[in-house]
Amino acid sequence: MDDIFNALILLSNFVIVPGMAYGSQLAIGALGVTLIYGILRFSNFAHGDTMAFGTMATILLTWALQDWGVSISPLPTALLALPFGIACTVVLLLLTDRLVYRFLRREKAAPVVFLIASVGVMFVLNGLVRFIIGPNDQRFADGERFIMKAREFKRMTGLSEGVAFKTSQGLTIVTAVIVVAALFWFLNRTRAGKSMRAYSDNEDLALLSGINPERVVLITWTLAAALATIAGVLYGLDKSFKPFTYFQLLLPIFAAAIVGGLGNPLGAIAGGFIIAFSEVTVTYAYRKFLAYSIPGDWAPEGLVQLLSTDYKFAVSFVILVLVLLLRPTGIFGGRTAS
Amino acid sequence: MKKLLVATAIAALMSTAVNAETIKLGVILGYTGPIESLTPDMAAGAELAIKEVSMSGALLGGSKVMAIRGDTTCTDSAAATAATERLVTADKINAIVGGDCSGVTTAMLQNVALANGIVMVSPSATSPALSTIKDNGLFFRTAPSDARQGQVLTAILKEKGVKSAALTYTNNDYGKGLANSIKTNFEKAGGKITISAAHEDGKGDYTAEVGALAAAGGDVLIVAGYLDQGGKGIIQAALDTGAFDTFVLPDGMIGDSLPMAIGSDLNGSYGTVPGTDSPGAAKFGDMAKAAGFKAGPFSSESYDAAALIMLAMQAAGSSQSKMFKDKIMGVANAPGTKIYPGELAKGLKILKDGGEIDYVGASAVELIGAGESAGNYREILVSGGKNTTARFR
Repeated sequence: MDDIFNALILLSNFVIVPGMAYGSQLAIGALGVTLIYGILRFSNFAHGDTMAFGTMATILLTWALQDWGVSISPLPTALLALPFGIACTVVLLLLTDRLVYRFLRREKAAPVVFLIASVGVMFVLNGLVRFIIGPNDQRFADGERFIMKAREFKRMTGLSEGVAFKTSQGLTIVTAVIVVAALFWFLNRTRAGKSMRAYSDNEDLALLSGINPERVVLITWTLAAALATIAGVLYGLDKSFKPFTYFQLLLPIFAAAIVGGLGNPLGAIAGGFIIAFSEVTVTYAYRKFLAYSIPGDWAPEGLVQLLSTDYKFAVSFVILVLVLLLRPTGIFGGRTAS
Repeated sequence: MKKLLVATAIAALMSTAVNAETIKLGVILGYTGPIESLTPDMAAGAELAIKEVSMSGALLGGSKVMAIRGDTTCTDSAAATAATERLVTADKINAIVGGDCSGVTTAMLQNVALANGIVMVSPSATSPALSTIKDNGLFFRTAPSDARQGQVLTAILKEKGVKSAALTYTNNDYGKGLANSIKTNFEKAGGKITISAAHEDGKGDYTAEVGALAAAGGDVLIVAGYLDQGGKGIIQAALDTGAFDTFVLPDGMIGDSLPMAIGSDLNGSYGTVPGTDSPGAAKFGDMAKAAGFKAGPFSSESYDAAALIMLAMQAAGSSQSKMFKDKIMGVANAPGTKIYPGELAKGLKILKDGGEIDYVGASAVELIGAGESAGNYREILVSGGKNTTARFR
């Protein structure tokens, strides 16, 4: 009986728990991308760097709070600073909208023009973040690091395998559930949310029925800023903050949004978890897992690894290509992924 | 007034008359990229030697030496080639101290140094592949090949009673070369490498890599990566999941930022970095402190790289690469008077008078084979949240 528990614990420690946390981070990021695609109708390449900017603002206030001795231990101080980070990011995104996108919207520019403009915004933000906080790793996590340490778990249960559960992982999963629930409540139950969905479905009809487009745009950017900052801070708490890594996060986030179907919030969440779990499960070496779950001496000699970890990133892109070939609108059928 | 002007002009002419020139050395290292935390001290080391020689006025009839920096980025061969090309063609440098990481160093050598006949002395490129590369006698290194580091690490592992180890390496020339060397040496000595898996730098998430390493198991995890990059991410993830407790850290992982970032969990891990207990090392440490930088990893090798170039110039009586490239082995090895850091002027004087020197320098330089350091290593033990020296090998 112990063996079955050991096998399950082993899998949770190296696949399920990290996959859940990474998946949640990708899902919140992908929600932001998909929201902008659905309502403003372009792929926002600046999203990764928006995350970096929001996280940076949060980190700066976190450091100040730490200096003043403010703390909500065992939770990380960064949670207190999060609203400030979101506010800064909202201001930033509204500013870029005013300076860049509003003009293009009035010109009724093609989506590809928006996309290229967002690449420009991406580079500006990229430089801005490096200019303010520098290109290096920054640590800002404090408070209790673990909810459950692997060693403690072994001692408590007497099993030979342990499972580690970090505070940041727990926070990430809980926050993701709250954020997703709040977002769906907002989109489905409130007047503003309904007007956003109406605007997304049919812009002209929405205008005729008296929906103020500027207001819809304003709310969209505000939501995108909040989502980006939350995703960025969670990711930073769980791993570490480095502007370059955030820039690279753009790829898995877009993969997640496209796999689920661009413009479809439900799809973005599913996509995030599909990408995260496919990276981990396909490259995991199952030898120990099989050794526990197969009776007797049948345990395999080799590592039982489907693909070497070198191919980790190839996995998510193979899934992306397959989805685009077989269901171009994504698994959950968003708008055409053109 | 007119007389005074003429007098000054003549005086100025006089002082520069005896074939003195301004010699330019390119100090081409990765000021940005995966080892950007090491390069400031490396460049400071090279520039210390350059300043020492320049101030002494003993090189080639009082020539001044100037350092010009260029960025290799450590990873981007195209960027490193372009930076080197610019320094060679536009700034007209006489020789290169650099590059730092093995991949970009190979590119710089093949694309620029060979074509222009410029001598390169790398303080830190350690890939075994560089031992056999075609270099027309232009390439040297004051760092040992990783083939040697594999032997030293194996000796340490055996002493600590390690029977099996998991191995992960950064996916580039340095990582692959070092991983191969560790694997062959350790297995020859009867150890078992349970898995040898690459990791990419600059990613945020190393869960999958650590999962595979943990499944393979082993007494320790050998991390042949970079301390500012994936190497750190792997160690953090391995500690978080409780997969490994002890880590073996080759030279790319040795630096103050790692124990600081990871904290007390890293205590008990050990590793190697090129270094020596020769009197030169201590002397260089003092000189570095006086000059306001830290004698960090590879900074003594950088000092020696620059010193070797300038001593060879003196021995050849020329600042041209094609003239002095054959003199580097001679000034680095016996016979001759031993020259330590801070004694460059003495060395230059002996060479000028036709004598011979054996440059020992800060890292006990002894060039072997095709012109690479024989290799002295410092065994590092992380204890009390700091890198401490266990012994020298």
